[in-house]
Parts: sequence; structure tokens; C-alpha cells
Amino acid sequence: MELNGQCPTGPIETRWQQHRFNMKLVNPANKRKYNIIVVGSGLAGASAAATLGELGYNVSCFCYQDSPRRAHSIAAQGGINAAKNYQNDGDSVYRLFYDTVKGGDFRARESNVHRLAEISVSIIDQCVAQGVPFAREYGGLLDNRSFGGAQVSRTFYARGQTGQQLLLGAYQALERQVADGAVKMHSRTEMMDVILVDGQARGIVTRDMVTGKVESHLADAVLLCTGGYGNVFYLSTNAKGCNVMASWRAHRRGAFFANPCYTQIHPTCIPVSGDYQSKLTLMSESLRNDGRVWVPKRAEDIGKSAAQIGEVDRDYYLERKYPSFGNLVPRDIASRSAKEACDDGRGVGPGGLGVYLDFADPIKRLGQPAIAARYGNLFEMYERITGESPYQMPMRIYPAVHYTMGGLWVDYNLMSNIPGLFVLGEANFSDHGANRLGASALMQGLADGYFVIPYTLGNYLAQNKFAPVSASTSEVRAAEADVKERTTQLLSIKGKRTVDSFHRELGKLCWDKCGMARDAAGLKEALVRIPMLREEFWQNLYLSGSGEELNQALEKAGRVADFFEFAELMVRDALHREESCGGHFRTEHQTPEGEAARDDENFTYVGAWEFKGVGVEPELHKETLTFDYVKPSQRSYK
Amino acid sequence: MNLTLHIWRQKDPQASGGFQTYALPNVSEHMSFLEMLDVLNEELQHKGEDPVAFDHDCREGICGSCGMVINGQAHGPRALTTACQLHMRSFSDGDEIWIEPWRAQAFPVIRDLVVDRSAFDRIIQAGGYVSVRTGAAPDANAVLVPKRDADAAFDAATCIGCGACVAACPNASAMLFTAAKLSHLAHLPQGQPERHDRARRMVAQMDAEGFGGCTNHRECEAACPKGISIGHIARLNRDLIAANLKRSDVPEER
Repeated sequence: MELNGQCPTGPIETRWQQHRFNMKLVNPANKRKYNIIVVGSGLAGASAAATLGELGYNVSCFCYQDSPRRAHSIAAQGGINAAKNYQNDGDSVYRLFYDTVKGGDFRARESNVHRLAEISVSIIDQCVAQGVPFAREYGGLLDNRSFGGAQVSRTFYARGQTGQQLLLGAYQALERQVADGAVKMHSRTEMMDVILVDGQARGIVTRDMVTGKVESHLADAVLLCTGGYGNVFYLSTNAKGCNVMASWRAHRRGAFFANPCYTQIHPTCIPVSGDYQSKLTLMSESLRNDGRVWVPKRAEDIGKSAAQIGEVDRDYYLERKYPSFGNLVPRDIASRSAKEACDDGRGVGPGGLGVYLDFADPIKRLGQPAIAARYGNLFEMYERITGESPYQMPMRIYPAVHYTMGGLWVDYNLMSNIPGLFVLGEANFSDHGANRLGASALMQGLADGYFVIPYTLGNYLAQNKFAPVSASTSEVRAAEADVKERTTQLLSIKGKRTVDSFHRELGKLCWDKCGMARDAAGLKEALVRIPMLREEFWQNLYLSGSGEELNQALEKAGRVADFFEFAELMVRDALHREESCGGHFRTEHQTPEGEAARDDENFTYVGAWEFKGVGVEPELHKETLTFDYVKPSQRSYK
Repeated sequence: MNLTLHIWRQKDPQASGGFQTYALPNVSEHMSFLEMLDVLNEELQHKGEDPVAFDHDCREGICGSCGMVINGQAHGPRALTTACQLHMRSFSDGDEIWIEPWRAQAFPVIRDLVVDRSAFDRIIQAGGYVSVRTGAAPDANAVLVPKRDADAAFDAATCIGCGACVAACPNASAMLFTAAKLSHLAHLPQGQPERHDRARRMVAQMDAEGFGGCTNHRECEAACPKGISIGHIARLNRDLIAANLKRSDVPEER
């Protein structure tokens, strides 16, 4: 089946404006008659719930954390892009659109990306009005900085905690609606399934994580704002609780999953230090502005300390391979080069999985105080974690899973192929193509929640009829029974292995076979091993306690069970996409210089998968992408 | 290193809890404190026992989920460091470590080290926001904000809502948390229209939740992983006095 993204036509500058006018409206007095469920309270969820509550809809919002303020958007460091052109350096909506389409390696929808660039401007206005303390110049104007993949300074930031400040702004707007009674907030509540009645999404089944109570919540539309699936790799920069359950449950009920093989690996993270490692910590990309990346030229030198390796014996491989961009090549290229150096036996630190990021030269050139002023807080964080001072010896860094561009398929209105099921933020697939540029995730989450869904949801509600649904409707009872049955099943395995040990093994397998570089042989091997491990999980999982209490291992088990099914889909998607693009690098498909080689003739489409059963081959549906404005070209950073 | 852990175990809010002692060998100095607890939990499960429940999420010191009293100090011995960023090199071989949940009437224990901090959300609901509708904002540069004020606002806004200030205070006061939000918004022009009303409402909610009053012990400031100054409490008190003086000008009901 060829999917239709429902994108408006006409000149790209006027598509969103015209579409907004064409959409149906819900009269203010009728809005309160509609119940809307928002799952997740990150940038997308909190902004959507707050805005819809303010408009007059009856909103229920759910999060697994103890407070909506803790959603993982909070950890974003760098900034948020907006085409304000406050720096007078040549930025425009069109340039942000252009950079994002190109940065995504020509695998995103032009209409969506242009809308995102248009809305970026309003987001900054909104956040400033909420009291977000963005960085300022001495004259009181907003400050900007530059970020990867762009030649203009369009990134707004709040020290290294931009995500935190934007999320708190959205959280406070949400709490204001909670106080007004417009939004009912359900914290420590996990979505376990979505309820479909007559083909429409009409509610969700949840589990109260304190009491274990399984409950149904009914509505006229369901919004999933539940983030990405990076934790399928076990080790990632995501929060420990991030999971794919909401998206996967929707997928099992019929929602198509698009481009799951597009995963983003961030080049500058603190390397793994031991088997007990629970997560990876990102060090801001800005470090590459001054730090020089190197490994020893000879593998026999890896045992020496950095100071013992003379200048002539060091390989500054990024400067060598990419003389014009040097250490500032895009994320995917920096990550892959680090992997190549380590695969070559020249990685440093425990396990040989690390490369040096060295500040000795800039310290000599600019002095330690100047470097401390730029990176002092990052150096402190590094020292807190590793016990080593970057002023004395080079940092050791290694790439880590950071963001996932794939997600549930949505049309231009952010609606999945299930009527009434909308997907916002990182959970959908739509705006970043095969590679996301820095400072674009925050922009997309808030664009979807503040400025897109308030229009497109009304359009859906105004055009559809909703049959009455109650707790006794058979579909509702069946979904609830499924959830209870699954919990019982997990608790009744009574095997020997802990859930973390399974998750670690699955993660390692995905990282080895479907990480920074992939090939057909490895992917095929993973397709054999994942189902075997999943089988063992369902026969040998150990869980203590019951389902009627706070049981954190049980919560994890439900999530890991879904990661097992999801992992197989991700690998299958990576195997079918016989090209390299953005974050998806197939070693069989590279240029003679070792760069990613796209196959535009055969793969300029969104690959959206339909669930056919566990262990059954899913069906692929395609949405052809067209590029009327930004013509596909080969990225070059030499 | 080899450690002896004394951990508060409590099955549910009604149960009376107590310390349980666990010996944990072979702890690496490179582990974070929470990774050390992960290892303990793996061992407990291998022995068929319930793992220790504790809140955690980002493990980067920013989400504010984790929080436990370690050897009598909220978030443990290292200044400006959350429990998730604390590493075992802060401890030595043979150490005994006492681990407890936040202790405060307004933070009831749910299980083991997990407490209910929803009172913080209700304090924010009482007024910790600027009432601005989506889409109604003027251009972001239309209102100038001196850099000094923006920086001061950020210093308060950096609060992660972990609750260490409450746990460290002998009165279990939430003044530092409440003051941080009030001060953040009071430093910005966008926060002015509701400034005094906000102070009155948030403090009233704080009192209603059962948090104690501030008697200037400064334990909160010492425990705060984000280094938030009690200077913000002074600002809260000034705004509260001003709010009470201006009470007749401000409509009570909204």
C-alpha cells in the first residue's frame, strides 16, 4: 500500500497557512465535550496538554515519573533553533528549512520541515513570555550561538540546561491548567495499551505504578508523546525509564512504525567503565570547537599514557581525513571515525573503546582560565564521573546512542494510520529524516505540542462522529484483560535471570549488529539471535513480588518485553534499507572515500511497517518522498 | 572495596520500616552510587529477595528523580552532587553506609527509598507560572531583559525539584524550593504582573502541605545539588510582606 502523507500542495511558503484556514474548527462551547488523552509529559506532551486544556478541551495527561517535570526532555543541554535572524547573519525560515532537509540526508518530508521552520519563530516568543531565562546579551537582547550543520547562529540557549528550562516552562503552563481543572494529571501511571473501538483510538489502559491497579481511560482522541526507543540498546544517553511501550502497543494494534533503523549516535560521550554501567553520559558537542581528537598511530602504544606518546606518534584522524571541517564534522561522521579507530585496535582506555579529546593545545594557546570559562562546568562533570581532570590529561570519549529519528508513522496532521491516534515529538518519525541536526529536537517537540496539534486535532474532532463508549464496551474489557493477562504471565515465569541481564544482552547485540555501522551478515545474525533471546526471556525471567504493589522490576520487564519485539523490527528495517543515509550506515554502501552512499533511485521513501504478529514478518508500506525545493546531493565535509 | 550497607526497607506507606544490613563486596570506585545499588539489587534478586526500590531516571543530575539520605546527608557527602552523580570513589574500603529516604511529613514514604513529592507540584499549581496563553506572546526581543537579571533568574530556575532542601531542613521546610520559583519569575519582567499574588498563593500552599517554616539553619543551601542560595528566601520574604501590604489592591479570587 502506498501511504499518503496528506500534505497540502501549492507553494511551500503558504502550505501551512492555507491548511490552517481549510481545517474545520470546534466551537468553544463544544470543546469541553471532548475528552483528550495525552500520554507523556515531555516537551511535546506538556505543551500539548497545556494548550489543549487552555482551549477548553477536557484533557487527561499521563506520565510514568513521579512528576511531569521529570520527563527526559529535561536533560537536553545545547539549545533550540529558531529562524529569527536576530544576528543579521543571513538566516531565514527558508534557510532553516533547507539546512534541516539536507541535514536529514533527504529522507524527511519537505512540507513538514517547512512548517517546523515557520513555527520555530513563535516558539521562542512563547517561551520568553513564560519566563524561560534564555541567555542574554548586555543590551538585554537574546543571545545566540552556532551549532553543527549550520553556518548561521540561530540557536537559543539557557546555559547548558536549555531542555530543562523549556520543559519547566511547559510544565508550569501544564500545572496552571491542572489548577484550573482543565487537565487531570496522572503521575506514576504507565500506559499499557491503546483501546480501539470501530477502528478509532478511543482510550488507553494504564497501570498505577504504586498500587498496580489496571484501569481504562476513555476519550475521543489519544496523543502519544512518549519519546524515542534509544534504550533498546540498553546503554544510551536516555533516562533509565525511557521505553518504547506506548508506541509498540499502538503498533501491535495497527499503527505503522516508520524508519526504525534511523538512530542517532552522539560522538562525545563518556566511555563505558565496567559491566555495571547503567547509562552513558553525554558531553556537549561544543567541546569539539577547541578539543582535538586523536588516537595513537600504532596499536602497540595504547597501553602508554597520553603524555608518553609523542606528537609524531599521534593520529589526529579527523583533521587528517577531513581537513576543511576537521574536528567539527557532523555527528554521524565523527562517531563512525571513532569506531573505525577502535576497530583498528587503536582505541584507548579500558576495553579499548575510547578516543582522546585533547585540550592541551588550546590551554597552551589561550591559557587555562579561558578554557575554564568556556568548558569549566563540563570539565567538572567529567571529573566527577571519571576522577580525571581534563586540564591535566586528555578526556576519553566514545559515541553513544542519543536520539531516534524513526517512530510511529504520522501524516501531515500528526495522525497515525489509526484514526484518532496522534503522535508527537520524538515518538513520531516525521521531521528529521535519517539524521537530526543539533538543537532541532526541542524545536520539534514544542512545535508539535504548542502550534500544530491544537489545529489538527480540532479538524479531526469536527469531522468525525464518536459512538458512546463505556467501561463495559467489549473492546475496552478485552484490552484491560490483555494487560492483566500479560502481567500475570510475566510474574508466573519464575525463572532464574533478572530483567536487567536480559536487557543488557539484547542491548549489546543491537549495538554490535545494528549500531554505528551495519552489514547484511550481522543483521541476519541478529534476526536469528533476537528471537532466541526473547524465547529465553519468556521462559527464564525472574521477578519477585506481585503486580499489586510498587514493583520496579515488573515495570522494567514489561518494557524489555516490548524492546525484544521492537529490536527485531529495527534490525529488519536496517537490513531492507540497502543504502547508507544519515544515521543508518551500511558498510556495503559507501563511496570509495568511505562516506555514506545513498541510493535515491530506490530508497527515497519512508518505510512504514505493519505488525503481523510476534515473529511473523511485518508488511512494508511505502510513502514516496518528493523534493521540489531542496534537490538531493551528496554531503561532503572534506 | 567491600562495603556494609544499612538500608531503610519499608513495604508500603502503612508498614513500619526498618534498617536492613547487607554486605556488598567488590564495589568498583568507578561505579555511581545508584549503580552500586543496581549491583546490590541484582544480588538480592538472585537470592530471591525483593530489590530495593528507589526513584531515578536521567542519572545525569538534572531530572531530580533520585534522592536519598546517605550517612545523614541529603544526596551524600559530595557538595553540588546528586546521588546519581555521586561516585563510589567518595567512599573507602570497609565503610558502613546508612541509606534512608527523604524524611518529611509532607513527603510520605511509598516504599523503601521512594517518597511522594507531589506536594511540590501543588505548590507550582498555586502560582508558579506566568499566565500566558499559547500564541499570545509578543516578539521575543520586544521586552529587553538585562543580562544581570536573566542570569539571576537562571540561578534560581536551575532548581531540579529533588526535595533535598526539605530533607536537610530540621523543620522540613520547603522554603528554598518555593523561593527558587518565586525568585526566578520575580527577576523577569514577564513575572511582574502576578508577582505578589504568586508569592502569597505559593507560600499558603506550602504551609497547607505540612512543610515547616524557615528558621535560617541554611542546611537547604548546603544540601542543594544546584547550589541555590538562601538569598532567594530573603526575596520571598520581601515579596510576601509586600503582598500582604498590598492585599487590598489585589483581587483575592481568580
